[in-house]
Amino acid sequence: MAKKVLVLGETREGALRNVSFEAIAAAKKISGGGEVVGVLIGDAVADFGAELVAYGADRVVTVEHPHLKSYTSDGYGQAFMAVVEQESPEGLVFGHTSVGKDLAPKIASKLQAGLISDVTDIEGEGDDAVFIRPIFSGKAFEKVKLKDGIDFITVRANNIAPLERQERSGDVSSLSVDITNLRTIIKNVVRKSTEGVDLSEAKVIVAGGRGVKSTEGFEPLQELANLLGGAVGASRGACDADYCDYSLQIGQTGKVVTPDLYIAAGISGAIQHMAGMSNSKVIVAINKDPEANIFKVADYGIVGDLFEVIPMLTEEFKKVM
Amino acid sequence: MNIYVLVKRTFDTEEKIVVSGGKIQEDGAEFIINPYDEYAIEEAITVRDAHGGEVTVITIGNDEAEKQLRTALAMGADKAVLINTEDDVEEMDQFTSAYILAEYLKDKKADLILAGNVAIDGGSGQVGPRVADLLGINYVTTITSLSIEGEKVSIIRDIEGDAEELETSLPLLVTAQQGLNEPRYPSLPGIMKAKKKPLEELELDDLDIEEDDVEAKTETIEIYLPPKKAAGRILEGDLSNQVTELVSLLRNEAKVI
Repeated sequence: MAKKVLVLGETREGALRNVSFEAIAAAKKISGGGEVVGVLIGDAVADFGAELVAYGADRVVTVEHPHLKSYTSDGYGQAFMAVVEQESPEGLVFGHTSVGKDLAPKIASKLQAGLISDVTDIEGEGDDAVFIRPIFSGKAFEKVKLKDGIDFITVRANNIAPLERQERSGDVSSLSVDITNLRTIIKNVVRKSTEGVDLSEAKVIVAGGRGVKSTEGFEPLQELANLLGGAVGASRGACDADYCDYSLQIGQTGKVVTPDLYIAAGISGAIQHMAGMSNSKVIVAINKDPEANIFKVADYGIVGDLFEVIPMLTEEFKKVM
Repeated sequence: MNIYVLVKRTFDTEEKIVVSGGKIQEDGAEFIINPYDEYAIEEAITVRDAHGGEVTVITIGNDEAEKQLRTALAMGADKAVLINTEDDVEEMDQFTSAYILAEYLKDKKADLILAGNVAIDGGSGQVGPRVADLLGINYVTTITSLSIEGEKVSIIRDIEGDAEELETSLPLLVTAQQGLNEPRYPSLPGIMKAKKKPLEELELDDLDIEEDDVEAKTETIEIYLPPKKAAGRILEGDLSNQVTELVSLLRNEAKVI
């Protein structure tokens, strides 16, 4: 059966996020030839509608309201539920982002629906769609399906390929919703993430462990990450030692990441850390200890001092890029 | 203040996962309190010590979960509740858990409910917000700082590495992110006291829940391990040659740069 599937489009720093395009690709599969409808929520988001269409949405519904400038579960919940009421969808796809993780369970609860979170792959289409997601932070995987009712998933960034961008046309309509009774007031957002590249969406991650030895020790890693358009991450050891913020932690507690390239510098490779990064496409390990566990999951390894190797690597990349 | 903490018993993070007969093998595995729930317990104790009141920890599971509840009591929680579903529920999902917890909590007049932002086993992060929605109270996820003055609650939450500062009010459900606090270890006197603290065991019958009410909405078809990676290459020779070779391999063989 062809289904109508809604996709929540998200923006960050004035542009649509890649994960939203990936969510459209996921929605296409779930729809089984049905209709994919983009949903944009915010104070001024209508201009992004055409871009969602270019990436595969058939049409877009926008909800704009001054109270929707910042995300709150109350505000976005009211807006999204209004779209659900208007559209009566058979599927919903969100990014497994800060917003998606916070909002999806609320919507699922209101719809008394199942929700499959953090999906990394989809097998089959339409009614036969089966969803693959990591469990135990990627130490294992499960295949899950919805028993009945609405197909509701959140998709992990960087895993489902977006559709090719095409010049297409699709209707962008607005829905007027009265947003009331917000119980949360957002005061301020303090930017801590580096250089605007989000760890969970980064294609390249340069991560440091205890071997980095200090806050300053992360500087050469940051320089390499900047050059490669990537982000800096860390092991729990480095965070516990206060060399960096916990928001950089990768592992079973912390973030689970799947970049194209993961460079582990001075990271020994505790099982908890490996759970968070071992599904990266290509892993490079740099460690003084040739017996370090991290070499077991690495595609390429260099036995050496990261403070020698990382700057050399940066210089070498500069030559060829 | 009437404080509740939602706790899950999970595999120790040190455990390797073994799948046999399509199921995760639990035999011989060590279990712990989900690490994110430990932050929630610690925060609950801190809030109680500052504002007075009582901390109740709740879990859903079987008799084995008593051990994790006793640990929470030894940390300083006042009471524990085990909702034992072993005889009643075969397959659970996040809908099931949230429904059961909300049915238990609906007449408890909780001021503050805390939970981990995610469990390290299933990793869906749904149960906290679902419970809040069923109870009709506000929630804030992935918090790294909490301060309460009267009804006013000031929170900092982690949003993908950035820090969002917000204000809200009680009653409230929050989910803990790493960095919120440093969970204490149970002290020896704490462990002794915990043995005598009340631990109530309930079944679905006691909550007037029918098995049909909590039937899972999702179905796990298969569990499997990721494919084993072939051994990688340790580069050799002069360090500068290794670096040159690595860049070439990443560009030409792996094609990731």
